[in-house]
Amino acid sequence: MSYDAVIIGAGHNGLVTAGYLARAGLKVCVVEKNDWVGGAAVSRELFPGFTYSNCSYVSSLFRPEIMRDLELPKYGLQILPYEGGAVFQEGGGYLGMYRDHDANRREFARHSKRDAEAYDIYARDILRFCRFIRPMLMRTPPDPSSFRPRDLSELMWLGREMGTLSEEMRARMVQFWTMSISDFLDEYFESPIIKGYLAVSAIIGTALGPMSPGSAYVLLHHYMGDVDGNVGAWGFARGGMGSITRALTASLKDQGGEVRVGHGVEKVLVQGGRATGVVLSNGDEIRAKRVISNMDVKRTFLKHVDEAELPDDFVKRVKAFKIRGSSGKLNIALDAAPVFPALPEGAPNIKGDLHFTDSIEKMERGYDDWKNGQFSRDPFQDVMIPTMIDPTMTPPGKHFMSCFVQYAPPKIAGRDWTDADRDAFRDTCLNQIEAYSPGFKDRVLHVEVRTPRELEAEVGLTEGNIFQGELTFDQLLFNRPVPGYAQYRSPIKDLWMCGSSTHPGGGVMGAPGRNAAAEVLRDAGVKGGMRDAYTVL
Amino acid sequence: MPTPFSERGLDVLVIGGGVNGLACATRLAQKGRKVVLLEAAATTGGGAGEREFAPQYRAPALAHLTQGLDDRLVAAMDLQRHGLSFHAPLVTTVLSGDFAPLAVTAGKTSGHDAQGWAELHGKLSAFARVLAPFRQMRPLRLAGETRYFELAKRGLGIRSLGKADFREFLRMVLIDVYDVAEDELSDARLKALLCFDATLGAWLGPRSPNSLILYLDRLARGASPLLPKGGMAALAGAMSRAAEAAGVEIRCNASVERLLIEGDQAVGVRLQGGEALRARLVVSAINPRTTFQKLVGAADLDAGFAQKIDHIRSRGAAAKLHLALSAAPNFRGADLQSRLVIAPSAAAIERSFNAVKYGEVPAEPVMEVLLPTAFEQGLAPSGHHILSAIVQFAPHAPKAGLEAARAEMLERSLAVLEAQAPGLRASVLHAEMLMPQDIEARFGMVGGNWHHGELAVEQMLFNRPTFAAAQYAAPLPGLWLAGAGSHPGGGINGAAGWNAAEAILQAKARTTAKEGALA
Amino acid sequence: MSALTHFRTPLLQTPFHARTSAANTLNRWGPWGGYMTALCFGDADMEYTAIRNGASVYDLCPMVKYRITGRDAAAYLNRLTLRNAAKLSVGGVHYTAWTDDAGKIMDDGTLFRHGPEDYLICCQERHLPWLLASSTGFEVHVEEVTEAIAALSLQGPCSASVLEAAGFDVQGLKPFRMATYPFEGGEITISRTGFTGDLGYELWLTPDQALPFWDHLFAAGAPWGIRPIGSDALDLARIEAGFIITNMDFIPVHQALREDRARSPFELGLGWMIDWEKGHFTGRRALLAEKAKGSDWALIGIDIPGNISAEGAILYHGKKVEAGVVTAAAWSPALKANLAIAQVQAKYAAAQDLWVEIYAMRELQYAKLMLPVTLTERPFFNPARKRATPPGRV
Repeated sequence: MSYDAVIIGAGHNGLVTAGYLARAGLKVCVVEKNDWVGGAAVSRELFPGFTYSNCSYVSSLFRPEIMRDLELPKYGLQILPYEGGAVFQEGGGYLGMYRDHDANRREFARHSKRDAEAYDIYARDILRFCRFIRPMLMRTPPDPSSFRPRDLSELMWLGREMGTLSEEMRARMVQFWTMSISDFLDEYFESPIIKGYLAVSAIIGTALGPMSPGSAYVLLHHYMGDVDGNVGAWGFARGGMGSITRALTASLKDQGGEVRVGHGVEKVLVQGGRATGVVLSNGDEIRAKRVISNMDVKRTFLKHVDEAELPDDFVKRVKAFKIRGSSGKLNIALDAAPVFPALPEGAPNIKGDLHFTDSIEKMERGYDDWKNGQFSRDPFQDVMIPTMIDPTMTPPGKHFMSCFVQYAPPKIAGRDWTDADRDAFRDTCLNQIEAYSPGFKDRVLHVEVRTPRELEAEVGLTEGNIFQGELTFDQLLFNRPVPGYAQYRSPIKDLWMCGSSTHPGGGVMGAPGRNAAAEVLRDAGVKGGMRDAYTVL
Repeated sequence: MPTPFSERGLDVLVIGGGVNGLACATRLAQKGRKVVLLEAAATTGGGAGEREFAPQYRAPALAHLTQGLDDRLVAAMDLQRHGLSFHAPLVTTVLSGDFAPLAVTAGKTSGHDAQGWAELHGKLSAFARVLAPFRQMRPLRLAGETRYFELAKRGLGIRSLGKADFREFLRMVLIDVYDVAEDELSDARLKALLCFDATLGAWLGPRSPNSLILYLDRLARGASPLLPKGGMAALAGAMSRAAEAAGVEIRCNASVERLLIEGDQAVGVRLQGGEALRARLVVSAINPRTTFQKLVGAADLDAGFAQKIDHIRSRGAAAKLHLALSAAPNFRGADLQSRLVIAPSAAAIERSFNAVKYGEVPAEPVMEVLLPTAFEQGLAPSGHHILSAIVQFAPHAPKAGLEAARAEMLERSLAVLEAQAPGLRASVLHAEMLMPQDIEARFGMVGGNWHHGELAVEQMLFNRPTFAAAQYAAPLPGLWLAGAGSHPGGGINGAAGWNAAEAILQAKARTTAKEGALA
Repeated sequence: MSALTHFRTPLLQTPFHARTSAANTLNRWGPWGGYMTALCFGDADMEYTAIRNGASVYDLCPMVKYRITGRDAAAYLNRLTLRNAAKLSVGGVHYTAWTDDAGKIMDDGTLFRHGPEDYLICCQERHLPWLLASSTGFEVHVEEVTEAIAALSLQGPCSASVLEAAGFDVQGLKPFRMATYPFEGGEITISRTGFTGDLGYELWLTPDQALPFWDHLFAAGAPWGIRPIGSDALDLARIEAGFIITNMDFIPVHQALREDRARSPFELGLGWMIDWEKGHFTGRRALLAEKAKGSDWALIGIDIPGNISAEGAILYHGKKVEAGVVTAAAWSPALKANLAIAQVQAKYAAAQDLWVEIYAMRELQYAKLMLPVTLTERPFFNPARKRATPPGRV
């Protein structure tokens, strides 16, 4: 039997692409190597009675246009905003975050009165950048080396967008895009802990430190989402991140799409320079008019496509594609809620993200360890307890805790991770939390530790990079993943890319999947049920 | 008012007799302006000079090489006639750990990776060629730009790389040099050299994005480092003579204390000692932060602008080492008439940068070493030698305090030198280590950064030194900037000064045309 | 500062809260600068009437206050603000504004000179980073003192009489002047200032004086029907007076997400403030250029036929071309006029053919009105009693 499209990988982007194609009337099949769908957006019961968001753990970037187009709320998707957050300091202090603007200002003012007021100016500037970049997320990047009318008109559109800004703002934006978050924050703030807190979004998932130029852009990448119009806010998917991919799957199946789990793609079939289908690990062949890979660009082309079918310079670029993992994850089942003595009774901060890194310097030193081929001795952790808000994930009174840890290198001093390395990594993280929450370790029922090794093995993220490729300018926009191949097409006809290796990059955003679907439909001459991206007013 | 204004009818006062000040003053004088150049020190040259750091031992004051002067000023100032000549372009010898010394001249080298180096050098040189013209023009405007012809030409220049290289250019323009070295080279020595040269004088490590473009900028200045015959002081001397020949009056020991402002217009300067000088324009070729904070003062600036000036990042991360040696050092047989780069590996360069992020001294600094006595006679007693080294990275605000950091920096630098030139330590008669803070004190370079403001992408072009002063005109009417703090930065090149002069002449031409039209 | 427990009190209570909450029979509160502020205590019409007929009291504590002290205080403020702070004599107050480099308004406020080197800025929004950045190069100390000062606004034609009855001799106090008076062993400051366009005073206390003073004032004012008023009544009075409010009639530039929303002093009718002769100030060069080239926007006062308020309405030129927007509007009981303040494109500011389109919701149906606009000078309401010294006794 033959399909209009076979999609490799049932991660969120693959399912988004499939969902759009199915709605446009194409016959699609998604194949997944694991026994479950979801890729890095999964909810898994790894300890009896406990649902783990064991990869991605929070949501903000997922485009609301997609939720609406694919009717995800109808299939059970609910995004819950979360409350508060805190950075703990050695010695018992902390910086709390509050949703209420004035409460937050007064909390910041405990650390610096000036910074408390500067935060509004900072937020204005960041929002200005967000307003500029958001419309770009759902567009195919133009090829600046091309003279095709479509590329030229897209470049002109970009120029017009720029035209809405003053000259000074344009210059400022160039600075923001190229500078380090550390330098950027220094222009607004004086308090190390406030800077340390705000720098977090600039490093999550990247192989950069807060002092690396280009890290300020990464912050924007984490700020340009929203929870129901609240730009920059983050939330939980009710029932764990798997709810997103479950809803996508249900939506897809309702439109006649198929999902096959349990056997991954061994090889993309190429005949006469065209992709014609895939061969699965169990030997099954699936024929299709086009093959769309949601795997990262390295995995797709270096592992599942015959190199002889590809141009040399493309192979060279793919090999050099930077996809170094920088993070790990601890997923913990807790017998009871942890207690942080620094927080006052009833404080909502525990319903948000908890950090133990109170300065940029500590974060940067953690990055130095990573460059040196070690996991950070004093790592940055983004700790969340979704069950503080979502009652569906654990038995009552019990909790699921997600600890995102940075930095963790893809290899330890040039060699593969061992189980001993993994255990040491785990202990480092648990001890850090214990230091701020005495008795924490006694409440631990189960820990799943995921180093870049596990991320690669299970989810298929090369080198454990959560964004399917680093977010530096040489790998953004028309450079992502490879210059000349940034429009979701590959050198092989009918072989497409739809994963986070493509523009606009990683995070549970769905934009690459949607943009790829738009290109496929455009190529096929099919009008799809795709609404325009929301206008930024 | 201390003394009456002199009634000389001056057109332009240029503050600062470094390379950029001299270039700017000369250009304006050549175009018929009456120009006085004011230099605070006893001689012109700024960072290009010579100093007796110990009795009978003279070393370059700061800079010891140039990557090439801007070709416009070499031609227009006729520097050759004024006595400037160079030794043959310098060979670079890379000393990396236990690897054999490797000689590199531009794209040529030996060893197993010679071909890879030649290819990479060719590609990067092509990129540098299309970028070079941008160095010689006023920074591009992001709105209301009217130099259509010039910009079209520049744009076509980049596009003329061809489709494949154009794409490569866009991919690589903001990349980090470390990954380029890893991708394109296999010889550890060449990787180290590429990373070293990209980050020389910068406040970033080779793994920092935006580091390759600094290498491209270096190539755009020149393919090889050059040493003037007679040293850097001779270069400054030739430029001064050319300036005077063009009619510039140079006044040394003339330290400007304050800008004179009347009716929101810069009208002159007051010197230390009280003398006041008036002119139609004042051009500052000294540090932009010093210019605005000390000479102008906050009261005459908008607060937002003053804050931006405060935000100019100007962290110097290079220290300067001067040694008097009783014997010629032996760097494992390396040719002493070359530029020696001591860098064990690309990763080691990054590691030595790690330390300065936290205000610490690196365990194993990397350095560019020059032995001026290998080229010139008379700098030291016969048989003795001068070693001049740029040592990286050095903290601009050492946590341990300046004295302790300087001592530590010296100790670790000597250890590195001793490892590459066994016996060197025993021959050291005098040592001078200039930390970034010393460089600031001695040369007025804020933070000790020799570009007078970090040369980093976010401080380039229309953002150099800051947006509202990037077109060489300061927001205060009558005041212009011409120093390394302006586009395209420093490095004993003169382009900033020359560009500033052109901008002043064009602005004058525009006003005259307007007045003419009105009349 | 209630350390560590901000989540329990996202809105702070002012030092007068014990009294204002007792008086707030409706329990109608709104947020203002992080404080609870009464929108209406019981009857907005009667509260408004107190402003124009008797004596009204408004809790001013949430106003943001910065104290500027030091040798260069006057020079600093001259560089910061549009007016000449050096010319403001000790004991004087003036209404002023400040801009960014581009000459766009950040805020307006009142400046009090308590001593040769001691000023107080009182304004709507927060500006500490800007005030501190502006202090580089000046010998000044900038301190936020919002919580250290409690303030009331006593407004109305009987306000002087109330103060006299309370034992404060304000007979000689001229508009925009202030003086200190003893109170229960301490001292309070009274300034003849206000936001109602009527006779009125602002009373400056320490937080611990707040409740005793309130009680003293209300006891003294009882014969004149003194009553606390909420923001609803004050808003009506300020529209009559033609005053503008930050973030209602204009967007302060340091908060504007959209760059084109920022406005210059000229565009808000504040060009008169600018002292071009005092030397440099932030925004001067940009404003000079704007003065030469002309502004894009203008703020106008208008009168509209009928009595339907034009709040939020769009202005048209020739009924067709969009010309601007109404930022504040109300039927004026004092003037029997239908007033509005509007931002319009400068080219239409003096135009004859301006119209306002009002969508009036009446029992779930919109009545659409297109009405001609009459330009009217601000202040709309400008009684002689506001200026009379000594003030009228009632």
